[in-house]
Amino acid sequence: MAVYIFKRILGLMVVIFLVLTIAFVIVRLAPGDPAALMLGPEASAEDAALLRTQLGLDRPILVQYLTFVFNAVQGDLGNSIFFNQPVTQVLLGRAEPTIFLSLFSLLIALVIATPVGIYAAYRRGSWLDQGAISTAMLAASIPSFWTGLMFQRYLATELGWFPASGYGGPDAGFWVRMGHLALPSIVLGIVNSALIIRFTRASMLDILGEDYIRTARSKGMGERRVILRHALKNAAIPIITVVGLTFALLVSGAVVTERVFNIPGMGNLIVSAVLRRDYPVIQGTLIVVATLYVLINLATDLLYLLVDKRVKY
Amino acid sequence: MAASSTQDASFIDLLFSRRNVLIAAILFVIIAVLCLAAPIVAPADPFKMSVRARLTEPGAQFWLGADAFGRDVASRLLYAGRVSLTIGLGVAAFSSLIGIVIGLLAGFFRRLDAPMSRLIDAMMAFPDILLAIALVSILGGSMVNVMIALSIVYAPRIARIVRASTLVIRELPYVEAARALGSSTWTIMTTHVLRNILSPIIVQATFIFAYAMLAEAGLSFLGVGVDPATPTWGTMINEGRQYIDQAAFLIVFPGLAISASVLSLQLIGDGLRDALDPRLAKDL
Repeated sequence: MAVYIFKRILGLMVVIFLVLTIAFVIVRLAPGDPAALMLGPEASAEDAALLRTQLGLDRPILVQYLTFVFNAVQGDLGNSIFFNQPVTQVLLGRAEPTIFLSLFSLLIALVIATPVGIYAAYRRGSWLDQGAISTAMLAASIPSFWTGLMFQRYLATELGWFPASGYGGPDAGFWVRMGHLALPSIVLGIVNSALIIRFTRASMLDILGEDYIRTARSKGMGERRVILRHALKNAAIPIITVVGLTFALLVSGAVVTERVFNIPGMGNLIVSAVLRRDYPVIQGTLIVVATLYVLINLATDLLYLLVDKRVKY
Repeated sequence: MAASSTQDASFIDLLFSRRNVLIAAILFVIIAVLCLAAPIVAPADPFKMSVRARLTEPGAQFWLGADAFGRDVASRLLYAGRVSLTIGLGVAAFSSLIGIVIGLLAGFFRRLDAPMSRLIDAMMAFPDILLAIALVSILGGSMVNVMIALSIVYAPRIARIVRASTLVIRELPYVEAARALGSSTWTIMTTHVLRNILSPIIVQATFIFAYAMLAEAGLSFLGVGVDPATPTWGTMINEGRQYIDQAAFLIVFPGLAISASVLSLQLIGDGLRDALDPRLAKDL
């Protein structure tokens, strides 16, 4: 097992190195001078030259690349042009709402999707099953920002059940801030539950056909106990996998949802960075999110070892 | 010839044996035909402004209402659909092409497998929208650039499937036989391998068509997609957003158009998966 973990960590380092390389290349793909692009059309040639020197763009590309990788590995993702602060600091300042939004919506998605997925598999072919599958597919087909706008319009503005937007202002306490995340989390939770419903249902269907389930039933065990004790426990692995995969969906969803609800998180930051051509922030966000994704997937793989004793690497 | 047409007929029967796939296909064809025929069927000029018609509710004159500039929403919806569908189709085709090349190379040449697979892993570590935003911000917002960006985002999905299928097919006796008969690597890759992995590619491309339409709408909504002057379903929602309290219909109709198209494509994708390869038919 130690060998497996070592191999996985080695593979992870290679992927992170490639992530850094891709992030480096993307910004270099920009046609023309990146410094002039970042400063906009009003900037003078001197300003552009100064920024080029500051960013090290006047050095050979290989030197730029090696410096970039060396700094990134040490946690230095450069400086934001707009904020004139280290990118890591800018990102950390925006991390709270995004982290909580992702966690709450994942929780909501699991609370909705796990029972629905299990029940749909258990009552396979029934109208409840058909309904659950159709609803899940519908939820995956509606743009999350559209659902967000609709919920904001009717549940927040019209009925006043939730704060309509923002993050409670600069002096808002923790619970006020979390209250502002309620509606966005519901929106994102519904959208993400679609994938988890389909996954849970599929893995439960596989398990319900297994011999040990038939054995449990044939020895007279109650259905409730069969499902909860035997089936669900074994369905945990695919569900953990999908939670790992959902992370990417959550982040993508958070980008647009934060924009809809005007939440000052990392998603909103990257969109603003694009509009301001603040490339170091764009690059930094890409690196942080992709690295987190890789780490979360490693964590879910290692979790298998704990959850299912049959899994041997 | 006769056998082939019988096969085709049974495939079509199988595909449409599920009623929801049939309904989805009909719905999608209707949407696509209406959008393609926009110059003929659109009730008005989608760019013609009229101050007096500002935010007119849906009715006899404006079937689906008029926007903040007094432009006919129904006509804009049809013209916008052309752009959204073109982007979706373009991304599905282009990402399949890139994915097939990468996947075949990785699956066929052992030396290329490890580096290419790691590259695919790294590309897939970036969430779709985030990578697309970054790419569009660098390439610049235009319809072609959005298509390029989204194709780069989705190509690894195809590449991964093609690689996995190629690895299996490469070892099959008929490939060995072809090699023994002196077929070139190129012939084996295109004739023997590619032809046999088209089914999963077509299925995945259908899903990418749907995801790309959703992603394009997301990018346009964020203001980092196609030029805002070009109507797409995403830009229509973004424009209508400011008037959501007075005129919710401005975002309701484009939202329904996106959802209906994406839903029907996903159902068609599911149907194709089951019909093209019954072994792949999961209970999803």
